Amino acid sequence: MRWLRFLLLILVARPLALFMTGADVTGRERLPLKGPAIVAANHSSHVDTLLLLAIFPSRALARVRPAAAADYFLKDPVIGWFSRHAIGIVPVARLKAGQRPSGVDEDVLAPARAALAAGDIVVVFPEGTRGDGANDKAGDGMGQLKSGVARLAEAFPDAPVIPVWIQGAGRVLPKGETIPVPLNCAVLVGEPLAWSGERPAFMAKLRAALLALKEQAPPLRWS
Amino acid sequence: MAILPTLRAFLAAQPPALLAGLAGVVILLGVAGLVATVLTALRPDKSYLELRQRIASWWVMVALLAGALLAGWQATVVVFALISFMALREFLSLAPIRREDRPAILAAYLVLVAAYGFIAADRYMFYLVFIPVWAFLGLPFLMAMLGQTRGFLTTAATFHWGLVTCVYNLGFAAFLMRAPDAERLPAGAAGLVFFLLLVTEFNDVAQYVFGKLFGRRKIAPTVSPNKTWEGFLGGWLATGLLIWFLGPVFTPLAGLGLAVVAVTLPVAGFAGDVTMSAVKRDIGVKDTSHAIPGHGGVLDRADSLTFTAPLYFHLLALFALSKF
Repeated sequence: MRWLRFLLLILVARPLALFMTGADVTGRERLPLKGPAIVAANHSSHVDTLLLLAIFPSRALARVRPAAAADYFLKDPVIGWFSRHAIGIVPVARLKAGQRPSGVDEDVLAPARAALAAGDIVVVFPEGTRGDGANDKAGDGMGQLKSGVARLAEAFPDAPVIPVWIQGAGRVLPKGETIPVPLNCAVLVGEPLAWSGERPAFMAKLRAALLALKEQAPPLRWS
Repeated sequence: MAILPTLRAFLAAQPPALLAGLAGVVILLGVAGLVATVLTALRPDKSYLELRQRIASWWVMVALLAGALLAGWQATVVVFALISFMALREFLSLAPIRREDRPAILAAYLVLVAAYGFIAADRYMFYLVFIPVWAFLGLPFLMAMLGQTRGFLTTAATFHWGLVTCVYNLGFAAFLMRAPDAERLPAGAAGLVFFLLLVTEFNDVAQYVFGKLFGRRKIAPTVSPNKTWEGFLGGWLATGLLIWFLGPVFTPLAGLGLAVVAVTLPVAGFAGDVTMSAVKRDIGVKDTSHAIPGHGGVLDRADSLTFTAPLYFHLLALFALSKF
């Protein structure tokens, strides 16, 4: 199974990502090669996951696990099997406000914690969903960040948190569209952040780091 | 199957001039690599990383193109289709495009496939009119049917500019591969393409080197502040002489035809460089991507080729090739 996943990523995901996006990576040397480590990226398209899986060096690939919403990716048995075994997702239960019974709060991140404990590199999208501008309250191109990533960092204070800005994936395959269109995407990998000891401060730092990377990205003339 | 005799037979079937030309490029790159190594060793305080990246990327580009030229027209058409695709993708990614135009972007890639299909099918007349007439009309019609009229004319012009430079003009280089042996080509059809690439890239490098050495008077200060009259004239002279003396080795050009190519091609290369700089400046980027380490994007490397390829093709057609 691990070999199948590896071959699928090398022979299908990588050429596909290169064809669809050009995978223009800046700071590839800052990507973690071993876990536990957390990669926190902005999220605007399914292409984000494909692209992140495609840019890691082969020797780290077995360790890379994208966190993905259980309600979306595991509801269909076929897609669920593919998500778990081929993409290697770490399921995260997204509970809507009010649906959340007390005490469940800590459990939604259990699979991600287990993956980090096993030495995996967990890729998280702190916006929680693919942004299409609707959740962009600050008007800076990024939705509000959920603090799950801070809780993971708190639980693994030695794991670096690497901010990654992906520019342009939302044009290749926007939310709600089914046909992808090849357009260049820039991936900017930032300096690793260390757990600062306090959740709100850490989240502010992560947000600032992501926006600083966005500043360096090529302009998106997309109106 | 024995590899060595097969390889020997393969090389023996190639025009000797083409092999000599490729060997010359390899030697030139080897010397450049040696110089970079010596510079790095002599002056450890300065970083020659970009220079070494540039040379390493040259090796990859030369290997890819030389392999395609030696393998034949099919491989060359595929490689140029990929170059066009990457250039067009870079262009459309940077240009202002409207959200509603995603189907039009997809259609632009289909135009690329069709245009290279005409090259593969050797349908010259179809190729000549397909993008300048039919894609020119068809894409805006598709955009009109998509229903967004805000910025319509600008977007239509953007698409057409991208298709003509990245696909139509670069495609002429690939179309040279369809020149038949009956044309009495001294280094085969591949020799024609090789010579175009050689002199275009030589012109780029020569302008850069002359500019670095003697450059004082800026030639296009608002568009390309690093370009100087000295660089342009030095490159013009050096490339013109190279074309004049090497042209007969790789092309059927002679006399007036050769002189016209020698005089105009370096100017076209310069024009392509400056024009693409204006586009990049308008968009607000320095490089179109980082696809080629040390060089920037595909469009950064191929900018002069988008002007020299059609010029070279048409002058060959006018003076030497009876097929086109």
